[in-house]
Amino acid sequence: MIKAILIFNNHGKPRLIRFYQYFAEDMQQQIIRETFHLVSKRDDNVCNFLEGGSLIGGSDYKLIYRHYATLYFVFCVDSSESELGILDLIQVFVETLDKCFENVCELDLIFHMDKVHYILQEVVMGGMVLETNMNEIVAQVEVQNRMEKSELCNQN
Amino acid sequence: MALKIVKGSIDRMFDKNLQDLVRGIRNHKEDEAKYISTCIDEIKQELKQDNIAVKANAVCKLTYLQMLGYDVSWAAFNIVEVMSSSKFTYKRIGYLAASQCFHENTDVIMLTTNQIRKDLSSPNQYDTGVALTGLSCFVTPDLARDLANDIMTLMSHTKPYIRKKAVLIMYKVFLKYPESLRPAFPRLKEKLEDPDPGVQSAAVNVICELARRNPKNYLSLAPLFFKLMTSSTNNWVLIKIIKLFGALTPLEPRLGKKLIEPLTNLIHSTSAMSLLYECVNTVIAVLISLSSGMPNHSASIQLCVQKLRILIEDSDQNLKYLGLLAMSKILKTHPKSVQSHKDLILQCLDDKDESIRLRALDLLYGMVSKKNLMEIVKKLMIHVDKAEGTTYRDELLTKIIDICSQSNYQYITNFEWYISILVELTRLEGTRHGHLIASQMLDVAIRVKAIRVFAVAQMATLLDNAHLLTGNMQRNGICEVLYAAAWICGEFSEHLENPVQTLEAMLRPKVATLPGHIQAVYVQNAAKLFATILKNQEGNTDSTAAQETSQMMIDRLPLFVQSANLEVQERASCILQLVKYIQKLQQKDVEVAEEVSALFAGELNPVAPKAQKKVPVPEGLDLDAWINEPPSESESEDEQPKAIFTKEEPKHSRPRHTEVDEKELARRREARKQEQANNPFYIKASPSSQKVYQEAPGVEHIPVVQIDLSVPLKVPGLPMSDQYVKLEEERRQKERAEKKKKEKKKRKEKRSGRGKKHDSGPESEEDITPAHVVDIVTEEMPENALPSDDDDKDPNDPHKALDIDLDKPLADSEKLPVRSHRAAGAPKSSAEDGEAENATPQEPKKKSSKEKRDKKKDKERDRKRSKEEKKKKKHKHEEKEEDLLGGQAEEPVVQSEEMKEVEAQPTSTSAEEAATVAEAAPAPEAPAGTAADSEPEEPKDTETEESSSKHKKKKQKKEKEEKEKKKKKKHHHHHHHSDGGGEESVQNGTVEEEEPLPPMSNYCLLAENSYIKMVCDIQGNLQDGSQVVVSVIFENKSDSFLKSMEFNVLDSLNSKLQRPEGSGPHDGLTVPFQLPPGVSNEARFVFTVQSIVMPQKLKGTLTFIVKNEDSSTHEKLDFKLHFTCTSYLITTPCYSDAFAKLLESGDLKSSSVRLEGVNMPFHHLLARICFHHHFSVVERIDSCASMYSRSIQGHHVCLLVKTSGQTVSIDAKCDEPTLLGNVLDEIKQTFSQC
Repeated sequence: MIKAILIFNNHGKPRLIRFYQYFAEDMQQQIIRETFHLVSKRDDNVCNFLEGGSLIGGSDYKLIYRHYATLYFVFCVDSSESELGILDLIQVFVETLDKCFENVCELDLIFHMDKVHYILQEVVMGGMVLETNMNEIVAQVEVQNRMEKSELCNQN
Repeated sequence: MALKIVKGSIDRMFDKNLQDLVRGIRNHKEDEAKYISTCIDEIKQELKQDNIAVKANAVCKLTYLQMLGYDVSWAAFNIVEVMSSSKFTYKRIGYLAASQCFHENTDVIMLTTNQIRKDLSSPNQYDTGVALTGLSCFVTPDLARDLANDIMTLMSHTKPYIRKKAVLIMYKVFLKYPESLRPAFPRLKEKLEDPDPGVQSAAVNVICELARRNPKNYLSLAPLFFKLMTSSTNNWVLIKIIKLFGALTPLEPRLGKKLIEPLTNLIHSTSAMSLLYECVNTVIAVLISLSSGMPNHSASIQLCVQKLRILIEDSDQNLKYLGLLAMSKILKTHPKSVQSHKDLILQCLDDKDESIRLRALDLLYGMVSKKNLMEIVKKLMIHVDKAEGTTYRDELLTKIIDICSQSNYQYITNFEWYISILVELTRLEGTRHGHLIASQMLDVAIRVKAIRVFAVAQMATLLDNAHLLTGNMQRNGICEVLYAAAWICGEFSEHLENPVQTLEAMLRPKVATLPGHIQAVYVQNAAKLFATILKNQEGNTDSTAAQETSQMMIDRLPLFVQSANLEVQERASCILQLVKYIQKLQQKDVEVAEEVSALFAGELNPVAPKAQKKVPVPEGLDLDAWINEPPSESESEDEQPKAIFTKEEPKHSRPRHTEVDEKELARRREARKQEQANNPFYIKASPSSQKVYQEAPGVEHIPVVQIDLSVPLKVPGLPMSDQYVKLEEERRQKERAEKKKKEKKKRKEKRSGRGKKHDSGPESEEDITPAHVVDIVTEEMPENALPSDDDDKDPNDPHKALDIDLDKPLADSEKLPVRSHRAAGAPKSSAEDGEAENATPQEPKKKSSKEKRDKKKDKERDRKRSKEEKKKKKHKHEEKEEDLLGGQAEEPVVQSEEMKEVEAQPTSTSAEEAATVAEAAPAPEAPAGTAADSEPEEPKDTETEESSSKHKKKKQKKEKEEKEKKKKKKHHHHHHHSDGGGEESVQNGTVEEEEPLPPMSNYCLLAENSYIKMVCDIQGNLQDGSQVVVSVIFENKSDSFLKSMEFNVLDSLNSKLQRPEGSGPHDGLTVPFQLPPGVSNEARFVFTVQSIVMPQKLKGTLTFIVKNEDSSTHEKLDFKLHFTCTSYLITTPCYSDAFAKLLESGDLKSSSVRLEGVNMPFHHLLARICFHHHFSVVERIDSCASMYSRSIQGHHVCLLVKTSGQTVSIDAKCDEPTLLGNVLDEIKQTFSQC
């Protein structure tokens, strides 16, 4: 199970947070801060796994993250997930974002948090991996975007 | 109207959208909080508008603010509004917001049930998808129960997109509503072989999650997974399956043997590192499970270790990390294979990556042997010196201590070395682990007698140099060490070289700056030291030395008497007085040393931390038994006459336990000792340690260590552990040489508990004799200690509830609830209460779940009868419930819905059926009195388990057959319903019933006008003989908003509407909700009735306000509530023998009725009677059936229904003829209508 997915930038500003277990808002912020603190002080050439922070989970949980340019993508997962698998999944997710936004950059995530969520929803659902095939994900996202467009056109 | 739209869109042009909000926040960096608060005010305004687009936009912005840490739960209701928009765009925004901020305690969630159900069955697959995604994040137990069936239907949806989502979400449903697992499992299993890889992967995912927590229940799926593993090419699926096998093999070693080959093949063939890694992991798990049974898998181990070495040597840090992780698993069972890679692992200690260093440390822990311990620790000590950052250094420190102290210091051959290491560690700056070092010092000094002389000397030096430790406030953590040092010097003061000097060190003024608890130990141990000094000096002719010592105590102690710490103060003043008294005696030349040292005589023995827990419960003592019987439970229930006979029994049985005679006890004790003696794993006390407390001064029998003096004991100054490494090396060489001369060296070692462990170490271990053969005083354990390893499972683990046997065929009681209504807002437990289950929505084409509910009620009743306590609670709850009824919204009512072929099950079955059912599961229709104990809903019931083990080994096919059979039986059953329509979008994979029963509903039209439609169902209240609950569904038929609804009824003498306290007898009740256009919702009203033998009608009025955009009007609707006698009946199961007795009793008056021209199958007829008139079938033989029901006031109603051709005759008996007559009339009417 994936317990949380956090995307924040090099300064710890959250760009997307998705908890699959309930935490109150202030706790969520604390978790983001702690996670940022843990992740940001690591060099880029060290491993991408971190034994869980104290706030989420416990010994069974790991932080698996990737650092792309200005953004950290952090997944908090338990031992039922394959570590390398999740790393691949993050890659798939980012590549999907890249396709959907055409050369994704931090600004896209800043201004289109909702769209990022919709894409993520096609990848992970309720903490479980839903789809790993990028083409399938992109196809589903596009169909839904078209639906949205046509609905808005009809209205105006 | 058109103008309004234009106006709306113009408004929206000026609204901020999400992008504007983000931009605004970025432009207001300096006063962000202020800017956001104005934005929130704007959002609040937008939410008040009717335009859904505006609302959705506002909700979208709120979702963004939620991410920034703002609590947006105040907008929960608006989120629900947006969720229920018919437009996908807005719906999606609503669900996203809900999934981000809803949780179990969000109260509006209960309003969403209907909306979600509607979305789930939407013809647009993306509506369904969005609903599923949202639901997966905020599903509650209530939602799970209500929607389980709908979701299960979706698992067979035509679109794989929906199927995979439905499959995945089932896991969440299982967690929240464990009862759904068994009914849903067959279909889940089907999905493992779904043609779509995504769905397949989802199913594998869910089963893996389930199996991870309760693997034993999923063993039967192993063949299926095996097939998948060999056929699938999807790495994701493979990884999951292989992980699952890793969890299964420990339970079934034979599976492991089968796995080895395909897994090694995969290891050789795959190029995906992730897959390779998981394969290695599972092979390791297999090998671990096999390690006892099969010796020869060294090839596989070699393969694994070799592959892992490649991973560790890889430049990719991730692979390195995982390699180390997996290596540590091998280490547990095959330490030798790993130890050969020690070089590699030590290298990793130098890695720049902390995660990797920590992993390597973990590995080292398992790799140490007697041979390499010193070397490894030496390396670690170097790292300690080099380490930057206290966290890693502290980690190193704890690891060193862990490594050395593991399994009772098994690998330590030279304790002097270890003490030196500990002393060296005290020089660490700023560590938090002073107490750890201290406890190690204490532990070693106490348990290793031979080392005490050395330890005391070291501690004395430490005390002397205490200023080094305490000099810096930052190093505070380390001063804990002084606690240990002081105690050791005091307790073992007889070994002190120069006690006076140490005493002086302990009484220095600087000591007063130490923490209080350490000072206290200082003071106390100063007294011990003093006693020893007196004893030493008294033998001397010169008594001045002794008096000087006393004087020093008297001079220095006042410092502590003034201490702010109470403990220090108390001890100091006590000891000060004592010393003063001693001084007086000394001046009179009285010998006091004996008496003073008697104060501290005796030895303290270590006690195992779990000792208390392990004291066995003496035979005959039942800790759970009542000391005083609780007050009698049975007052109100009539099934109790038996108790007169059974009550006697416990009285006999309890004393029987205690009557075990002395002889028997002695014999058992002896047997137990014998067994313990032969059990190598039993922690044995040293031979006579039990008696320590009885023969007080006899400490001597604790085996004392003989010191092999091949090692010089004294190392001048502070110890340098490095010296020992060299010395050790020399010693070993010498020993080896000696050994060659002597064939056998006699060991002085006494056998102790750990002795056996030596053998299990690496072979070379045998050759190394510990420098001083040390016996470890084992910790005290109580006699007969229980060798228990309590696994401390978290009782709150949600997965515990999912420990359910899945191979057992489904019992009737386990079907998913199709649709039920509960009092909104009531806690879950209340939902199980019978009286909450009163309503069925009226949807002409829909089946009803009535029978299911009836059944539930029966169960409830059974349970309640047995448990008075529960009942009491329940009454409390009832009151609460009434409040709720008065003041809160009921769950919204279903508008359109698909039903499933898995259906609510009948309340009672014919005798032969009951027999078959009883075989497989606890019979749900056990009579009220006896069923109490077996709690049919409880799947963990012992009975269930028994049968489960029986069934476990049956193959799937057989199980299917059985299910099929059961199904057929069900079809014959009279209560079976099937779905009429609405199945277009759903594909049902299973067999359909042969004889569908027309849908039925008990809801009848109450009143209707152009605005609103009211339908109602009337049910007796199970718990209260004078109450009737009326469930009314209000449906808004207009385009306007209906609000301020008031429901009022003109009371009659016999029947009264229950109104909240304080309201007058003619006041109306406010309906606790408002109705947006097209929405329906249900409310419940409670009436009290006195006599139930006659039907009656009550007049009532509903008033409400119709609110349009521009106007609002007051409207009213009159209605007549018809209380039939049927509504006073409650479906109650009855066993045929009880039924026969009832008929024989002769108390019942009989009556009969004849129905002509009834043109329907007999079982339909029975089903109708059961459904509409709340009867249950007692027994059915061909075209004749006996039925039973009971009124809320306890009247028995018995029917004998016979049919021939189109004529049906009903002979009935009841103790109240008027009631019976009316009921029969009503039955007649029911059939005349159709």
